[in-house]
Amino acid sequence: MHAEQPGHDHEHGPDEVPHTHPDPGVDPHAPLTTGPRALRIGIGGPVGSGKTALVAALCRTLGAELRLAVVTNDIYTTEDADFLLRNGVLPADRIRAVETGCCPHTAIRDDISANLDAVEDLEASLGPLDLVLVESGGDNLTATFSKGLIDRQIFVVDVAGGDKVPRKGGPGVTTADLLVINKTDLAPLVGADLTVMDRDATARRGALPTVFLSLVEDPAAAPVADWVRALVTARVAAAGASG
Amino acid sequence: MSLATLLVLADGRLPAGGHAHSGGLETAVSSGRVRDLAGLSGFLHGRLATSGRVAAAFAAAACARTAEWPVWDAGLDARTPSPALRRASRAQGRALLRAGRAMWPVAAVGREPHHPVALGAVAAAAGLDPAAAAVAAAHGTVTGPASAAVRLLGLDPYAVHALLARLAPECDRIAADAASRTAAPVDDLPAAGAPLLDIGAEQHATWEVRLFAS
Ligand SMILES: Nc1nc2c(ncn2[C@@H]2O[C@H](COP(=O)(O)OP(=O)(O)OP(=O)(O)O)[C@@H](O)[C@H]2O)c(=O)[nH]1
Ligand SMILES: [Mg+2]
Repeated sequence: MHAEQPGHDHEHGPDEVPHTHPDPGVDPHAPLTTGPRALRIGIGGPVGSGKTALVAALCRTLGAELRLAVVTNDIYTTEDADFLLRNGVLPADRIRAVETGCCPHTAIRDDISANLDAVEDLEASLGPLDLVLVESGGDNLTATFSKGLIDRQIFVVDVAGGDKVPRKGGPGVTTADLLVINKTDLAPLVGADLTVMDRDATARRGALPTVFLSLVEDPAAAPVADWVRALVTARVAAAGASG
Repeated sequence: MSLATLLVLADGRLPAGGHAHSGGLETAVSSGRVRDLAGLSGFLHGRLATSGRVAAAFAAAACARTAEWPVWDAGLDARTPSPALRRASRAQGRALLRAGRAMWPVAAVGREPHHPVALGAVAAAAGLDPAAAAVAAAHGTVTGPASAAVRLLGLDPYAVHALLARLAPECDRIAADAASRTAAPVDDLPAAGAPLLDIGAEQHATWEVRLFAS
């Protein structure tokens, strides 16, 4: 295992491949902000990879146990929000759509004002929330969320684009707090090798977790829901200890 | 007064929500009124002479007399018949206040003031004078739609910037005029209207598919 690193206070599992962080002096997992506001999780990834399907699954799985709301950033403004409404996963007053003026990455990274307004409006109108999911518009492999907007981010790619995506890297694949490789049910159809994707993801991401998912086979998105639930629980515990 | 501070405030990369607003250009493009550079030139001239003139006058007034902001805010409501445009102006005012407060101690002007009111208040907090607030307002009314045109029509960005450069002296004239009126009562401030922008904004708000917030 690696030597003690300053400011590096998270655990590494015994079965983990040795690796170095790009900046070993800095813990990549900054402490979650605590306080009255909700935990905010950004969900990004290329067009059609399954972001909205994942948001819908998380709402179904976690909606009964957590107070949650969703902000969408679709290029067509209301497409994603309409999908969530039609599928009845959340009532209309828990979903806000943000327009991005042809620049989905700008709205989640460079100028986050409309998204911040949407999150704050949701909290103002609904009262305290545990979790706000912010879905970015479909973009490319370089689009990531600003830390001024979200606490943690999930990057969703799918196997249908071939097994090269994790190898290509880019900030989304490399730095997201959770990488979801979705549509594994399609892997045999497109000749995508999941072990290659797993190996490449590990090489790119070091200790950061990656999960394989098929929302067709697992409509509850169990591994992602578990990851989100653990974050919310940790945050509530931290708030309780500090307050 | 610090010119560099004015550049910070007027920079298109300021995270104040502007990128999501087309200033009415998206409707003008979809209805076929703006298709090319010549169309954009006409659109920008018209917008500067109407919305730009009003925004500059109110930004200057709100910079000079920030404490009277409710008067300026009501004056802008009176000059903005379209509810969709009022919402767009207030959304951008709120976003600008968020950015401004991160940089300077901005006076209280409500949660969601009209954009020129927010701009005047932020400019005052930054130590800028009313002429600077006005020039940022006038310039902003044309740079927003110009950038939207590059994205919506794929126009040559150099040609679009050449247009903006030609409009710069007019922005200066409008700003100087605005700065000379800061002692005037609100009813004497410019009230130039652009009915097509009002109508277009109302139509835009009903679209099912749109790329820009306004
Ligand atoms: N076979 C299969 N299809 C999936 C899976 N997950 C999502 N899909 C389908 O993939 C398509 C795109 O999913 P969305 O959830 O809309 O993707 P998105 O990332 O939100 O797309 P944009 O918002 O347009 O970028 C839809 O038809 C989904 O039903 C999966 O695990 N397997
Ligand atoms: Mg989507």
